[in-house]
Amino acid sequence: MPDYKFNRTTLVYLLPIALLIISLFIGRYQTPLSAVADESVKVFSSLFFGTPTSVSTQHTVLFNVRLPRILAALLVGAALSIAGASFQGIFRNPLVSPYILGVGSGAGFGACLAILLWNNYLMIQLMAFAFGLLAMFIAISMGKVSKGTGTLVFVLSGIIVSSIFTALTSLAKYVADPYDQLPAIVFWLMGSLASVRYGDLLYILLPIFIGTLVLFLFRWRINILSLGDEEAKALGTDVEKTRLVIIVCATLVTSAAVSISGVIGWVGLVVPHISRMIVGPNYSRLLPMSMVIGASFMLVVDDLSRTIVATEIPLGILTALVGAPLFAYLIKKGRMGWN
Amino acid sequence: MELMLEVKSLAFSYGNKPVFENVSFSLKKGEIMCILGPNGAGKSTLIKCIAGILKPAAGSVFIQGKDTASLGVRGIARHIGYVPQQNEVVFPFTVLDFVVMGRAPHLSMFASPGAEDIKLAKESLAMVGISDLAERPVANLSGGQSQMVLIARALVQKPALLLLDEPTSHLDFGNQVLVLETVQKLASLGMSIVMNTHMPDHVFLLGDRAAALSGGRLVAVGKVETVVTSKMMSSVYGVNVAVREIEDMKRKVCLPLRK
Repeated sequence: MPDYKFNRTTLVYLLPIALLIISLFIGRYQTPLSAVADESVKVFSSLFFGTPTSVSTQHTVLFNVRLPRILAALLVGAALSIAGASFQGIFRNPLVSPYILGVGSGAGFGACLAILLWNNYLMIQLMAFAFGLLAMFIAISMGKVSKGTGTLVFVLSGIIVSSIFTALTSLAKYVADPYDQLPAIVFWLMGSLASVRYGDLLYILLPIFIGTLVLFLFRWRINILSLGDEEAKALGTDVEKTRLVIIVCATLVTSAAVSISGVIGWVGLVVPHISRMIVGPNYSRLLPMSMVIGASFMLVVDDLSRTIVATEIPLGILTALVGAPLFAYLIKKGRMGWN
Repeated sequence: MELMLEVKSLAFSYGNKPVFENVSFSLKKGEIMCILGPNGAGKSTLIKCIAGILKPAAGSVFIQGKDTASLGVRGIARHIGYVPQQNEVVFPFTVLDFVVMGRAPHLSMFASPGAEDIKLAKESLAMVGISDLAERPVANLSGGQSQMVLIARALVQKPALLLLDEPTSHLDFGNQVLVLETVQKLASLGMSIVMNTHMPDHVFLLGDRAAALSGGRLVAVGKVETVVTSKMMSSVYGVNVAVREIEDMKRKVCLPLRK
């Protein structure tokens, strides 16, 4: 529903931009305000007037190291959150995460396989993406073949697919070279944005853009699906088709995000809840808010991961360490926005 | 008067287990049809078949002369409003957000409701007398209020036929009467209504048409007086039942007899 009132909620939409600017300054390499401003002017002038710029260390740190990483954090956070919120709606369960259909385990195994076979960065991404989608397709076809209907079958199929891929991942770890491949696998599975470059962003932008766009267009229909199959049908919605479109798009977005970041938990689960507390359960407002909060949350966590200690802390560890207590606090507060 | 609903030899079965078969009746504009029958007789299933939620095994349903089999879920929802027995909302939408969802069959897949839809939702809230609840979360409503909200949502669909599945089953005495009064008001405005009920007395209160579903078929269908008789009710429910006229109220009642 359109709501043109300007209020504090509207300000939340500016949060990712504010955090983006702040995050540029944060890091081990000191970058004073004047330097950032200076470099920004240089970049913009080279963009518009084509004046050649000398590549200083500051420039490299700001725009080749920090900025792509910041953009990746925003993108991954928004993607996981919109997928999580959508899945929670269509599965009518606020405890559902984007990995409900085994996408996380599938992508994890795809990455492991790529590390074992090629140990090539691009192949890891491609395989993670492909196996994430593969896991979804297996889960959906199992749900279709089975006699039962509705969301429960999908959830069960997801559990089955998930355990198979988790077992295969364990197998991959078992046969991996313990000095070279195993650390790479373990590190990938814990999630990180440390090595993200602009090229990676370009490559995930299209699937995330398409998936997000479709989910965004369907956002009011997710309300209807959250009423349950019978009522949604009585309200003239083709439940099976609509649900399939939403599952495919949410998975597309999740797989793309996971392919560059590794499997990062908690974001897709906690962020929709925080968003519900701010704008209520109506998906017309909840989906955009989830993206904004998700992007901001991920960026803050990634800032922490690269600044707390001298070495990187894997993202999956931090999202759980930040997300889980936050979730506990929300439960205690009792304002979950669901029954 | 205009024929609104025609149910022609409808049958439904879960797998090999038939629930009912050969169910036929028709309903004119503004008429109320109450369906009686014991638990498990298939009253809810029948309503869901008419609403297009369940696919009948045989037979057909015509709404305003159109076969619902060819209308599709969206087309059916533009003609038929369905009020479920009880709904379990997982997310606590506000009453207004919830009622606006009744506009779904009239909006394209990608559309969100606009100002006109919100206006219609507010009108239907006013129609059932719960305008003051608009901003309340649906999860915090009483049984009577939730039932009214569900009716309001079905009204936003602008249906010609309203189906209610035991709308009074979870309500206290006063709210039961309120819901029945609302049903009567909607019928007087020209809406046709099919309603399941477990109280034969309610049929007398509404005083229109009735049908009894028992043992997988319609054992009686017609005017209230011909369906709700002591003989028929005794055989349908398997207990001894008396139907008596209350003279000063000019109305019949249906009461169980003591052993």
